[in-house]
Amino acid sequence: MLVYGVKRIGLAVLITALALIMLITTIQFIPGDPAAVLLGPLATPELRQAFRVEMGLDQSVLIQITRFFSRAVTGDLGTDVLTHRPVLLTVAEQAPFTLALIASGIGWAALLGIPLGCFAAMRRGSLADRVIAVLSVSMIAVPSFVIAIYSLLFFCVRLGWFPTIGAGEPGDLGDQLRHLVLPSLAVGLGWVGYLARMVRASMLEVLTENHIRMARAFGLRERTITFRYALKLAIIPTVVLLGIGVGHMISGAVFAEIVFARPGVGRLMYDAVITRNYPVVIGGVMITTAFYVLCTLVADLIAAWLDPRVRSSL
Amino acid sequence: MSAPLSDAVAATPTRANTGRRGGLLRLLSDPMGALGIALVVLVVLGAIFAGVLTSHNPIGMALGERFLPPGALHLLGTDQLGRDLFTRVLYGARIALTVALIATSISFIGGLILGMIAGYGPRWLDSFLLLVFDALRSFPTVMLALALVTLVGPSLSAVVLVVVLATLPGYARVVRAQTMSLKGAEFVLAARALGAPTRRILPVHIMPNLIGPLLILASMDIPVVITIEAGMSFLGLGVRPPTPSWGSILNDGFSFIRESAWPAIAGGLPIVVATLGFTFLGETLRDQFDPRLRKDA
Amino acid sequence: MGAGDILSVDRLSVDFRTADGALHALRDVSLAVPRAEIVGIVGESGCGKSTLINSVIGLLSENAEVSTGRILFNGADLLTMHSDGLTRLRGDRITTIFQDPMTSLNPVLSIGTQMTAIQYRSGLSRSAKRDRAVEFLRKVKIPDPEKRLGQYPHQFSGGMRQRICIAMALLPEPDLLIADEPTTALDATLEVQVIRLLKDLQREIGCSILFISHHLGVVAELCDRVAIMYAGEVVERGTVREIFHDPRHPYTRKLLECDPARIPVATRDLPTIPGDLPNLIEIPMGCIFRPRCPHRFERCIERPEPRRLSGDHLAACHKAELLQFA
Repeated sequence: MLVYGVKRIGLAVLITALALIMLITTIQFIPGDPAAVLLGPLATPELRQAFRVEMGLDQSVLIQITRFFSRAVTGDLGTDVLTHRPVLLTVAEQAPFTLALIASGIGWAALLGIPLGCFAAMRRGSLADRVIAVLSVSMIAVPSFVIAIYSLLFFCVRLGWFPTIGAGEPGDLGDQLRHLVLPSLAVGLGWVGYLARMVRASMLEVLTENHIRMARAFGLRERTITFRYALKLAIIPTVVLLGIGVGHMISGAVFAEIVFARPGVGRLMYDAVITRNYPVVIGGVMITTAFYVLCTLVADLIAAWLDPRVRSSL
Repeated sequence: MSAPLSDAVAATPTRANTGRRGGLLRLLSDPMGALGIALVVLVVLGAIFAGVLTSHNPIGMALGERFLPPGALHLLGTDQLGRDLFTRVLYGARIALTVALIATSISFIGGLILGMIAGYGPRWLDSFLLLVFDALRSFPTVMLALALVTLVGPSLSAVVLVVVLATLPGYARVVRAQTMSLKGAEFVLAARALGAPTRRILPVHIMPNLIGPLLILASMDIPVVITIEAGMSFLGLGVRPPTPSWGSILNDGFSFIRESAWPAIAGGLPIVVATLGFTFLGETLRDQFDPRLRKDA
Repeated sequence: MGAGDILSVDRLSVDFRTADGALHALRDVSLAVPRAEIVGIVGESGCGKSTLINSVIGLLSENAEVSTGRILFNGADLLTMHSDGLTRLRGDRITTIFQDPMTSLNPVLSIGTQMTAIQYRSGLSRSAKRDRAVEFLRKVKIPDPEKRLGQYPHQFSGGMRQRICIAMALLPEPDLLIADEPTTALDATLEVQVIRLLKDLQREIGCSILFISHHLGVVAELCDRVAIMYAGEVVERGTVREIFHDPRHPYTRKLLECDPARIPVATRDLPTIPGDLPNLIEIPMGCIFRPRCPHRFERCIERPEPRRLSGDHLAACHKAELLQFA
């Protein structure tokens, strides 16, 4: 387990570093003058030159990369062009909203997806199983932003059940939860489908294994076999899948924040693109990417730990 | 916005494939397959015959006719500038399918080449390519789109670029896995023993075995491509107005959602139809022709 | 088949529905397991042993169909029993040991969890269940059982895992233990240990054992009675002495001839039985062994009923009385 953990962490660090390097390098390939493109036509030549120096765009790629990393390690990811505050701070302020959205999206996916998958596996071949299969595929297929807008239209504008704007009154948990329901559902619904399918496939595979046959031969109740014996084993790959799901949900969160006018990192970055707030965009991309890699890492480690065979090699 | 299906697809064990009927009939015998084909045909025909099916101008404004509900003259109503939504949706289909075709082809070919190199070439090259692919996949797709559009500006090419970057690693990984297993196959070893050089083995012996699974993968990726294009256009990162893309129609509808619900519904409808149709089709194709393509994340 | 039998299979026939038609896996199978005795079933792969076991413990697959027969356990017919009743018996009065110890135990649950879980009917307290588990681990000679109770299957060797399975199977002190080729996956030394263990524990607990194997030597050492199966039928059964010293069915005789342990002189060519197993979907007329039988004659077109040769010795062959083991 220890060896696995160290290897996995090392790989994650390497991948993140490589991703960031790729991003910085890409800036070099913008046709024309990066400063002009990034700051827009209204910037004066002095502003552009200052920007170039600030970003280190006048120096070689290697130096830029080194500069960036040495700064990043100390938490300096650049300065917000509009507010002149550190990018890290700007992003950190918005992060809790997005994290809440993603966490509840995962919550929906797990709460709905796992039981559905279990149910389908136990009723394999039945009408219920087929219906769940079609529903799962449909949930995976339809994009989250369409779900977001349609649910906004139906539940908010039409029926008025849920509020349309914002994240709710600070300090009022109930209000905040109300504001969270629809956006998190939009973010998580697609993954209900992924999880249901994965759990179903995993359960079906586990249920054919010899130890399940032995458990049956010992007269254990079907309920015990399904939940204590089979699900415990089948759930392990699902944890890994959820880690990957975080990445999709980050994307989904951007749309959900725009559609439901919620504050968050996604909204922040979208506004930053429109206002040509380049450091915020790049800094935000880096932070979210690193966060995603971290999540997949954590998911892999949890999955490894859940399997006693891997865990005991500590 | 979902990332490439090849990333995290969990397969359903297949329904028993009864009957030895030929390809198309097998697809049609499965209700999901039949529905998928129907929807896909609908979208494709709509795109091709857009000019014939409607007489309206997709970008022609008629400010006296804003927000009309669906009716005989305007099948899906009109938007905030009086434009016929049905027409715009049909022309939007052209954009969606064009992007799908171009981007998928590039990813397909690129993934094929890089995957074969990774699978067949030296270890260090394989490790390096794997790292690059993993690094690419670690960007949440929307973040990738935001970053790239910041650098190159919004356009259809930007959309294609984002799609390719997001989907190519998926193809490459499948090709790599297949290539590695084929590398040790008897007929390859035989060819090498007879002195065939790598540049002959790859296209002649290995590639033909890759095309089949790749095509199925491509069909499953199309809904993802459509989603990325629509999503980017929704955010204003794709085609520029007044060109109709499903995403921009949806965005307009969203902006004016209090005025009228119809433009939003009209914008979302083709996206739902297309993604469901292509997904059903792709799923059925995979179930019928290559259940081995299950990939559990 | 007397009242003293714990298990009595009476003319059992089981078919499987397949795409090509009904597969007649068991045909007219009868055998008896007396109380506190060890009965062996010997046969090649495909003879129907697994189907027989699955029929007894009620775990036949979806496409199986019992066409005739009864399975009497303590007088009650298991085939007509409600599934709840069967579930109550399984793991309590009838327990099973399977062939592959490496996959028989759940990898994510500790040994202790699994050994206490099967005691859910006992009404004992949690610590009492644990104590019982420890007691039986000791009986199967697992060292340091209290500590090992919290460990996971992968932390034990194959031989130890099989012993754990034996402990689990004997823990409820069942009336009948079914052992499905428990030593096939083990090497010779482990096999000897397991057999010895089974013998000792059977004597101590007083249960019956239905022991399936294709290892003749082990069957000879362990069992009191033997039934020989071929292609879904019981072709001969009797006491161990009768079967091994006076086999009356040509298949039994061939089996004994081919047993490598019995070959007196070292040779390069091991004897085999020529021919293949018959197709169980289209059962040929007459004796099932006829195509491969060196003693066949005209009457073999007629299916032979099992003939009683002595008290418990039956053989399904028209020539049973005539064949003597020279």
